[in-house]
Amino acid sequence: MAEKEEDVLLIGAWASPFSRRVEMALKLKGVPYDYSDEDYLVTKSPLLLQLNPIYKKVPVFVHKGKVLLESHLILEYIDQTWTRNPILPQDPYGKAMARFWAKFVDEQVTLIGFRSLVKSEEIDVAIKEAQELITYLEKEITGKMFFGGETIGFLDMVVGSMIPFCLVRGWEGMGIDMIPNEQFPELNRWIEKIKEIEIVRECIPNREKNIEHMMKIVGRIKAASKTA
Amino acid sequence: MADEVILLDYWPSMFGMRTRVALEEKNIKFDYREQDLFNKSPILLEMNPVHKKIPVLIHNGKPVCESLIQVEYIDETWPGGNPFLPSDPYQRAQAKFWGDFIDKKVYGPTRLIWGAKGEEQEAGTKEFIEMLKMLESELGDKTYFGGETFGYVDIAMIGFYCWFDVLEKCGNFSIEAECPKLIAWAKRCMKRESVAKSLPDSNKITKFVPELKKKIGIE
Repeated sequence: MAEKEEDVLLIGAWASPFSRRVEMALKLKGVPYDYSDEDYLVTKSPLLLQLNPIYKKVPVFVHKGKVLLESHLILEYIDQTWTRNPILPQDPYGKAMARFWAKFVDEQVTLIGFRSLVKSEEIDVAIKEAQELITYLEKEITGKMFFGGETIGFLDMVVGSMIPFCLVRGWEGMGIDMIPNEQFPELNRWIEKIKEIEIVRECIPNREKNIEHMMKIVGRIKAASKTA
Repeated sequence: MADEVILLDYWPSMFGMRTRVALEEKNIKFDYREQDLFNKSPILLEMNPVHKKIPVLIHNGKPVCESLIQVEYIDETWPGGNPFLPSDPYQRAQAKFWGDFIDKKVYGPTRLIWGAKGEEQEAGTKEFIEMLKMLESELGDKTYFGGETFGYVDIAMIGFYCWFDVLEKCGNFSIEAECPKLIAWAKRCMKRESVAKSLPDSNKITKFVPELKKKIGIE
């Protein structure tokens, strides 16, 4: 239960990387919160539709009655409001880079990543495309413990929630080894490192359930493209 | 040490215009370098290898890509004068939400209006008007999106204004009739030196679009 003075509600979904990353930030900063899970493959709650009428998506973050949308914006708000364990760099250039890579992950990598999951032909091409993008992240993490430097930060939460604990589960379900160790040694090293962190482990959806869930989504996308 | 600021840009880009306006607002001297997007320069490919797109802001040799990220970077790096973003975390998030909305919801339909025909074009027009009305509702009776001072959301949106004329011609509609408050807002912004300097004339854009379509192989 949320302590009265914090008054934080997170409307999320257990399988959504976007809401999981918000939970990581809240836990890292020790912010208590109420949580409401959306079963979004089935239905969207009236509260979600009321609070996010434009996009109708999770996460929706409510703090003392103020409604915040879009996971990157929520993460930045959390960082500015609860200042222990900062997740963004102090300098403007470092911030710009974190924001750039986060956008890259959620827009390009996610798009191409999902494409490789739903394609029935030319899967090799789709895999290669996705790996080309992921190579940028391999370069970014080389020589660093975490994307955030010595401690996990904003970009670790974005990449972590999306790649190892969402897309990879989908790829596993489809029998695709997207980020083999030989090709992505640094990224794999980083994945093992973040798995050691308790607050990250607490925010990872169960692997089997997640694979099953991703397969449902893939099935839906494939069915929709057939009827389109 | 003097700052070296270079902007790789393309004159009709409403995204490049954001960065131009932001730099002008802060009175920062910068080296504007026009790019040929059909024959990309080595510096563009080197500074933005991931997307190979403009605008690219290069500050003392270090590149910053993505226009809204650049606007925020400029605000944080040169904090003097009017801040583009409020200091309150919630209000900051609100402003950035609308900037993101413009990217996600307003830009896409414009491509359909000037680039497509028939049903697709009509759908684009309808969607565009709907999105503009949402923005207009957000503006309300304020002078600028941020209130009394020109800021982030104004910067994010104003570049679209010089495209309104060609969009209206292609889509056969009047933006002023649909969103009079938004037009009034745009005219207020155009009175600012930073904006007047950074936006090309509407008729230049209107003449440019048919050439662009030929270049990219439409119609």
